[in-house]
Amino acid sequence: MAKKQKQSEPEVVQKTKVSQSYWSLVWWKFKKSKIAIWGGVILIVFYVSMVLFAEFFASYVKETRTTFTEAPPQKIHFIDQEGKFHLRPFVYAMDKKVDLKIRKRTWVENPEVAFDLYLFTKGDPYKLLGFIPWDRHLFGVNLEKAPDGYFFMVGTDSQGRDYYSLIVYGGRLSLMVGLMGQILTLVLGSVLGVASGFYGGTVDVVVQRMTEYLAAFPDIPLFMALAAAIPKYWPPIMVYFMLTVILAIVRWGGLARQVRGMILSQREREYVLAAKSAGASNNRIMFRHLLPGTMSHVIVIATLSIPGMILAETALSWLGLGLRPPLISWGVLLQEGGSVYAIRFAPWLLWVVPPIIITVMAFNMLGDGLRDALDPYGGR
Amino acid sequence: MLSFIIRRVAYAIVMVILVAFTTFVLIELPPGDYLTQKLEQLRARGDRSAENRIEEYRARYGLDKPFMWRFSNWAVHFLQGDFGDSFEFERPVRELLGERFAFTVILALATLILTWAIGIPLGVYSATHQYTVADQIISVVSFIGLGIPGFLLALLVLYFAIVTLGMEATGLFSAEFVNAPWSVPRVVDMIKHLWIPALIAAITGTGGLIRIMRGNLLDTMGQPFVESARARGLKNRTVTWKHAVRIAINPLIVILGSEAFPSIITGSALVSIVLNLPTIGPLFVDSLRKLDMYMAGTCIVLFTILLLVGNLLADLALAWMDPRIRLE
Repeated sequence: MAKKQKQSEPEVVQKTKVSQSYWSLVWWKFKKSKIAIWGGVILIVFYVSMVLFAEFFASYVKETRTTFTEAPPQKIHFIDQEGKFHLRPFVYAMDKKVDLKIRKRTWVENPEVAFDLYLFTKGDPYKLLGFIPWDRHLFGVNLEKAPDGYFFMVGTDSQGRDYYSLIVYGGRLSLMVGLMGQILTLVLGSVLGVASGFYGGTVDVVVQRMTEYLAAFPDIPLFMALAAAIPKYWPPIMVYFMLTVILAIVRWGGLARQVRGMILSQREREYVLAAKSAGASNNRIMFRHLLPGTMSHVIVIATLSIPGMILAETALSWLGLGLRPPLISWGVLLQEGGSVYAIRFAPWLLWVVPPIIITVMAFNMLGDGLRDALDPYGGR
Repeated sequence: MLSFIIRRVAYAIVMVILVAFTTFVLIELPPGDYLTQKLEQLRARGDRSAENRIEEYRARYGLDKPFMWRFSNWAVHFLQGDFGDSFEFERPVRELLGERFAFTVILALATLILTWAIGIPLGVYSATHQYTVADQIISVVSFIGLGIPGFLLALLVLYFAIVTLGMEATGLFSAEFVNAPWSVPRVVDMIKHLWIPALIAAITGTGGLIRIMRGNLLDTMGQPFVESARARGLKNRTVTWKHAVRIAINPLIVILGSEAFPSIITGSALVSIVLNLPTIGPLFVDSLRKLDMYMAGTCIVLFTILLLVGNLLADLALAWMDPRIRLE
């Protein structure tokens, strides 16, 4: 008896190892990819700071316009004019000066007046998440101690708005356009893909012809033509909504094709037959049995195609075909910053480019790691 | 084979007609057209005869006719090689495109040759030296190249050129050479300007090529026929280039057809806008913004034709290169 018990012990241990769930295996494998983790962390930071709490992370509220137009970034100092070291960083005030050589107004530091910088400082009041009134900002000058102080970390634009704050607010729309567009694409692509693969026949032919028709259009020109068709007088928020719809309309075809392919290989399997003989309806088989099986693949495609959507918004808005002021998005900011004039006279307006590139890279890194992780039984 | 080509061509023709029609509908969709925009402009300038002039234009371009009439009229003329007039420039679209066509093709071909000449050797090297330091460096650079879109990179390079190097970086020529006749200094000047688009193409275009080439070659290198070639005592270089690469390069032919070929016209439209290069891309974007419908329509139809022809050529080339593939 005792002998038998001993023998069965290792078996139990082995069983717990084998019966790890699919998702815990995925997580276990995902954790090993440092690059993917970094991508994920960056994205969480971006989405939390720009989409949820932009008001807190920005130094100013969206509407703030100052008289400092096209001011360069203020240098952060630790050592004052007399060579004394301050633990608290500070910036100098700026004075207007006309540069005769380029016949342009510029700004120079005025070492007489200094503003201390604080973390979690009191600034313009705003509503956090749209309903919690607050006036703290992550960093900036303290408006109680220095009511006329200002701090522009990466300069200001031509309307005297703090460019760092604009980039944070711009992230809200740009990051959301990718996510919303992708969700719409997922819904359209997977529903039509599943239906096309499951029903076959006429449904399949119609969906397939539609995807082929979309594929016949060159990608970027189609985006542009659709975006150009949005009436100019529409309210900005409708334009934003239409843009996400356009992104989805152009992109669902590829996803639908892949889902269809997977469904075709799955629909003759035993578990589908079992569901059918148990009396499950077509909808139940499609969306409760077949679709979940394709999800891991779909998630990877989705992650890897979000950057394309963000870039499409950026490019379209930059060309004047997408979002327009008063909306603030990275593409809209690029309208001003992405001109030869701005590069020459206000190069700090290019600071909007790094967040775009970082976002795109982060999605690619995350998607790459997910692709490997979601196939935990595969080698490598 | 022949029936395959005929079927594909017939299919392509249907698609082109559909695409052209959709494009026209799209441009027609927003209320107002080019002329209403122009009318507002003229009025704002205080032009009293604005209404009359606009009516005159309207009749000249047939904008007073119904939509279907305009579309079919344009389509028939398109087949005869007359693409209609551009409203904005008040000149035939064909002329306008023609002026920029040569340079657009030259730039696209130069880009193509450059990216392939860099991308394929690097991909092969990366695969044959897997996990070495060089491979990892190449991989990182190719990932960055894949991630950064050309027009953003163009902005950054422009910043570098203008602010750091203090040079005039946009356009194709310096101011004094724009209208000068061809001469040695003019060519030198052009080359000085061309390094920027070349650099951008080299970074953004090769990334994908390197990744695909590396992946394919790694798959191919593990196959028995490569091993047997090696076992027969062939030189390593011969095995790599004549046996493995020969097969691994096949998927790139599809890319050549479906991406590189159509990009002859669209290619780097955004980069061209940043760098102010005289290619067809900026012309097209501008025509969309201004609802210059014959210009925009012609461009999209030409893009589509190139895309479909490219796909067909890719399929045929693939069937010719790889006897395992049968067309049906």
